[in-house]
Amino acid sequence: MNAWLAHLPVLPVVAPLFAGAAMLLVPESRRVRAALGICSVLLQLATALALLYLTSDAVPDIWPQGIGVYSIGKWPAPFGIVLVVDRLSALMLLLTATVALASLIYSLARWDRVGVHFHPLFQLLLMGVNGSFLTGDLFNLFVFVEVLLAASYGLLLHGSGAVRVKAGLHYIIINLVASLLFLIGIALIYGVAGTLNMADLGPRAAQLADVDRGLFDIGATILGIAFLIKAASWPLNFWLPIAYSAAGAPVAAVFALLTKVGVYAIIRVGALLNQSGVHGPFGSDWLFFSGIATIFFGLVGMLAAQQLARLVAFSVIVSTGTLLAATGLDPDVLVAPALFYLVNSVLASGAFFMLTGLTERTRTHFSESSDPAPMAAASYTAFGMEDSHDPLDVEDEVGVAIPAAMAFLGLSFVCCALLVAGLPPLSGFVAKFALLSAAVSIAEQAQSATESWIFVAAMLATGLAAIIALARIGMRLFWSVVGRTTPRLRVIEVGPVAVLVLLCIGLTFAADPVMTFMKAAGEGVSSPQTYIDAVLSAGATESLAQEAAP
Amino acid sequence: MEVVFALAVGVLAGSGVWLLLRPRTFQVIMGLALLSYAINLFIFAMGRLAIDRAPSLNPGDRIDPALYADPVPQALVLTAIVISFATTALLLVVILAARGLTGTDHVDGREGEA
Repeated sequence: MNAWLAHLPVLPVVAPLFAGAAMLLVPESRRVRAALGICSVLLQLATALALLYLTSDAVPDIWPQGIGVYSIGKWPAPFGIVLVVDRLSALMLLLTATVALASLIYSLARWDRVGVHFHPLFQLLLMGVNGSFLTGDLFNLFVFVEVLLAASYGLLLHGSGAVRVKAGLHYIIINLVASLLFLIGIALIYGVAGTLNMADLGPRAAQLADVDRGLFDIGATILGIAFLIKAASWPLNFWLPIAYSAAGAPVAAVFALLTKVGVYAIIRVGALLNQSGVHGPFGSDWLFFSGIATIFFGLVGMLAAQQLARLVAFSVIVSTGTLLAATGLDPDVLVAPALFYLVNSVLASGAFFMLTGLTERTRTHFSESSDPAPMAAASYTAFGMEDSHDPLDVEDEVGVAIPAAMAFLGLSFVCCALLVAGLPPLSGFVAKFALLSAAVSIAEQAQSATESWIFVAAMLATGLAAIIALARIGMRLFWSVVGRTTPRLRVIEVGPVAVLVLLCIGLTFAADPVMTFMKAAGEGVSSPQTYIDAVLSAGATESLAQEAAP
Repeated sequence: MEVVFALAVGVLAGSGVWLLLRPRTFQVIMGLALLSYAINLFIFAMGRLAIDRAPSLNPGDRIDPALYADPVPQALVLTAIVISFATTALLLVVILAARGLTGTDHVDGREGEA
């Protein structure tokens, strides 16, 4: 039993890979593909839950201190590639699987039919995201990020249309350049420190000669810039609002996760390098001020946005900025509230993007000027014709005009707005309150008082700006009813939005246990010595066991 | 050898960046290609430049690290080449689609004023 459990960390990478590959063998049947996709995501969800249980010290004889190390091909740690699961990784995996499941079910209503290969691309995207949260090797992180980016290019273009292709072109070029920067950073770090293993890097960086120090710092800085482009930090984020608002609703919902991959990489690599005293973008003032600038850029963008999708995209930027500023201000104290905020913001923006897709339908006609093609016009007619072919969908197809459709849309909009703006009573408020109280406590200790107050002011300002912008756009969407119809909603579209919102409400009630877990996860991140020891000793104990066996 | 190598990387990277900032999609994709060549050479150089040293161990010889080149950067370059090749091909398709949909090869989908 334990031998099988030890293989669990590789499952979130392998399951979507095989599911995606198997889907290519059945190009004709959308239903088989959808079923495979759902099974694979459910498996990932179960795996993530199991990993979360195992990392919380529940079964200490398998993974001491809650850190699971999986050496691929049994190559010991600094030489081979390892997958590492700690509380932070398990949390991110669970978040990924949750948002992915919601978005996949939502997409079954019609989005997966707008183009070819939606399901395989979706699975490969998940493989890349899961892999980047799991890997303990810098170059392997690059490979997984490339996998998720390649899939995201395809998903962004899914549905086609001039707006999407133009946004996709910019998105692809910027990300290719970011990947090249990533490679330069990795190459420099390897050239100087002689290792790519993240756990090995920390101790080695601390022992570097002064001559090599400069080169290593340059490498780390270039790597940090690559991460900041992925995380959409100002001034490297002008691509985000265009790309995210052009993407289809379920695609944008999973894209809300992608920026968090960059944030995760900064937190993880930053924590491992910090103890060796590396400067550059990781955990310094630099990161704090770029976070504050990002917050203000997102804030202005939210106030200026004319369409809901753009507004939500800017709110994603604000959440990135908040996370970066929190990491830069004090990675030890603020990491637990920041993680709570991260979970809340991913769930909320995921729900919001899907809701946006539904509200677009309240318009009776789609004029090019007011609404830059949420979907190509041809696709709309295509649905009407294709829908009846699939016998599976018949029953869904009939019962749809939920009389309370507008009520549901309005209620979900209010919930999402409260979550994004961070107002009581929902979990957005809990997250923001935790951040603010931690920042104030730092200010009282007067270590970096000015910066803490700047952070508090920025947090309050975003709340105000978000509520102004959302109230304005909400009034236009729901109260100025001229020329709008009650949309026909289907249960599989409404369900995912409702579930994500309910999860946030659940977070509000379970704030105490969740926050305790986040604290434990935060401690795991900010005391990297445990992580380093676990990774480096895993290879040694395994080879010892092998020598003892014969 | 170091000077020649550094010049090659520098010239490739310089022309790559210049082309990347041009307004035509074809120039951009050429720029990306040149830049990725430069970076592949750069990764290769991070294993230190050496002549007549194989990266793979020869079982017959004695095992002395000084006789061998570092195999890791070579493996990294191989991976990086494959990835940049695939993404360039993908970008090429998107560029053709953009050309077809917008009728221009400007990166913004419309001609600038200048």
